[in-house]
Amino acid sequence: MTGFILRRLGESLLAIWGVVTIVFFVTRILGDPAALLLPIGASDADIQALRAQLGLDQPMLVQYGQFLLNAVQGDFGVSFQHGRDAMQVVLERLPATAQLALTAIAMGLVIGTVAGSIAALKRGKAIELVVMAVALLGQATPVFWLGIMLILFFAVNLGWLPTGGYGTLAHLVLPAFTLAVFVSASIARLLRSSMLEILKEDYIRTAKAKGLLRHTVFFWHVARNALIPVVTMTAILTGELLGGSVVTETVFSWPGIGRLIIQAIEAKDFPVIQAGITLIAAIFVLINFLVDLLYGVLDPRIRANR
Amino acid sequence: MALLEIKNLTVEFDTPGGVVHAVNDLNYSVEAGETLGIVGESGSGKSVHILALLGLLPCPPGRIVSGEAWFDGRNLMALSDSDLRSIRGGEIGMVFQDPMSSLNPVLTVGRQLKEVLTRHTNLTGRALKARMVELLDIVGIPHPEARLSQYPHEFSGGMRQRVMIAIGMACNPRLLIADEATTALDVTVQAQILDLVRQLKHDFGTTVIWITHDMGVVAELADTIQVMYGGRIMERGPVRPVFHDPRSAYTWGLLNSLPDEGARTQRRLYQIPGSPPDMANPPPGDPFAPRNPFATERCHREVPPLRDVGNMPGHKVAAWYDLPALLAAQSEKEQTP
Ligand SMILES: Nc1ncnc2c1ncn2[C@@H]1O[C@H](COP(=O)(O)OP(=O)(O)OP(=O)(O)O)[C@@H](O)[C@H]1O
Ligand code: SF4
Ligand SMILES: [Mg+2]
Repeated sequence: MTGFILRRLGESLLAIWGVVTIVFFVTRILGDPAALLLPIGASDADIQALRAQLGLDQPMLVQYGQFLLNAVQGDFGVSFQHGRDAMQVVLERLPATAQLALTAIAMGLVIGTVAGSIAALKRGKAIELVVMAVALLGQATPVFWLGIMLILFFAVNLGWLPTGGYGTLAHLVLPAFTLAVFVSASIARLLRSSMLEILKEDYIRTAKAKGLLRHTVFFWHVARNALIPVVTMTAILTGELLGGSVVTETVFSWPGIGRLIIQAIEAKDFPVIQAGITLIAAIFVLINFLVDLLYGVLDPRIRANR
Repeated sequence: MALLEIKNLTVEFDTPGGVVHAVNDLNYSVEAGETLGIVGESGSGKSVHILALLGLLPCPPGRIVSGEAWFDGRNLMALSDSDLRSIRGGEIGMVFQDPMSSLNPVLTVGRQLKEVLTRHTNLTGRALKARMVELLDIVGIPHPEARLSQYPHEFSGGMRQRVMIAIGMACNPRLLIADEATTALDVTVQAQILDLVRQLKHDFGTTVIWITHDMGVVAELADTIQVMYGGRIMERGPVRPVFHDPRSAYTWGLLNSLPDEGARTQRRLYQIPGSPPDMANPPPGDPFAPRNPFATERCHREVPPLRDVGNMPGHKVAAWYDLPALLAAQSEKEQTP
């Protein structure tokens, strides 16, 4: 098990290194930061001076080495827009994004598991059809459209909730719900199909033959096994949302990472883009690592193979 | 007195290929303390009728068309779900075939054993643990204490089957139903398990229904043999007369296709020419008639009722004619040039 953890940790670092490398070369291809930093019409001499100052006159490999060295220390340079440390600019947005993401995931998990379980247990009944139709709709509805509709209804028409912004619990409700719709719909559909598979297993028949109470069979035998794939999906969704839900954050003017990176791209603020993408990659890799550990806890067969 | 009495049990499956008539108007009873061996080819309704009476049939596609199953004065088919749950695993123990998939892969063997004990007995704490260890020990699992905390994938197929048997007999059931419980095991282990069942019968007077493909096991273990085909009973009776004086052509075929006495140690599944009936379109008469060299015109037309034969009480056959007479006539024909 220790060997497994070390190996996975190594793989995680490798993955982050890969992303950082790609980010480095892609930004170099996109343009010359020095030319962008200076006002239009700056002289060649000025540009050369700045290039030297930024180390851009060095060979590519030296630049890359320097970039890596800085990146390891969390130094991605100074944001062109904000004039402050780029990583710090990104990290300041993390709490807002995390708050939104975790609230949406929690809501989605509760709604999704309940709906998915009902659909699986009421197989063939009308309620299954209703739940699955709603879930399909929820998964297919474009997030921006749903967000705008919610704003129109609850904020503009009824005036119950703010149209956007950040700060109070009231601000959180609509954007979190918007994301939770997709999350819960995905979880409900996956859990239902996973449960229907498990219900066919011989060991469920064994559990029933033992005369176990209905809820024992359900929680310990059906749900316990059916949740394993749901854990993976939840983790992937969490990773995605923690990377900033660009559309939702934009629609609701939510000051999260997603919106920050979009703004940085528009402004060609390379340090922020690099810092942001590296952070997102790190979060994603970390979550995958945690999921792998959790998997071993949930499924002893996987634990044994490590 | 009969501990279990099954009356007019009919089970069907709705499948894309039509209605499968899996069990057809089945009637039989098992006396308290008796061991009933049920044999029959694959698809003869052995498992399905058991699942039906225990409320374990997957419905849909399964459907219980009619039937009663009286167990100790209660009709299992009419009991509420919760009443049936308290009988299953307690008074009626069940051991399924296929040990590889019958245990939950993510729970320890100890937990799966404990579940059934806490459900049906008052054992707790140390006594509960002691009983769990005792059960694994009884079924011949070495180091039972350590084994309790292991998961099914850490057990071999034979060991898992023993765990299943331990679960089935955990609460000292009055009726133990084993559905091909030893099919996956090698001969030595199988012999140990059969000893175990005999011990159980001796100690607790347990009534046993033993479903198997193996005529040899029936001969060793059972008091009564019941031969099934196409969801019906073809022949039934005390083991000795049925083995020595079979009255159904199907039983005769099963026995004839057994290896000789000498080669018995290496038992094989029996083989009868032809293939099992398509139960979505069962033949109108006797289901075995199309494969039966002795079938008469009436056999093809009309289902024979189960009637008494021979001179042993309880020996019954579903056949329109006298098999011994026909066999005698046949051998006479072979002798006259
Ligand atoms: N879930 C199901 N759906 C459709 N048909 C089924 C189903 N389960 C069983 N059957 C049908 O019911 C009939 C009886 O099956 P059953 O399992 O009782 O046979 P069996 O005598 O136990 O055979 P085996 O020796 O292979 O275990 C077969 O024709 C089978 O195809
Ligand atoms: S009734 Fe006819 S077909 Fe059926 S077993 Fe007897 S002889 Fe054979
Ligand atoms: Mg079977």
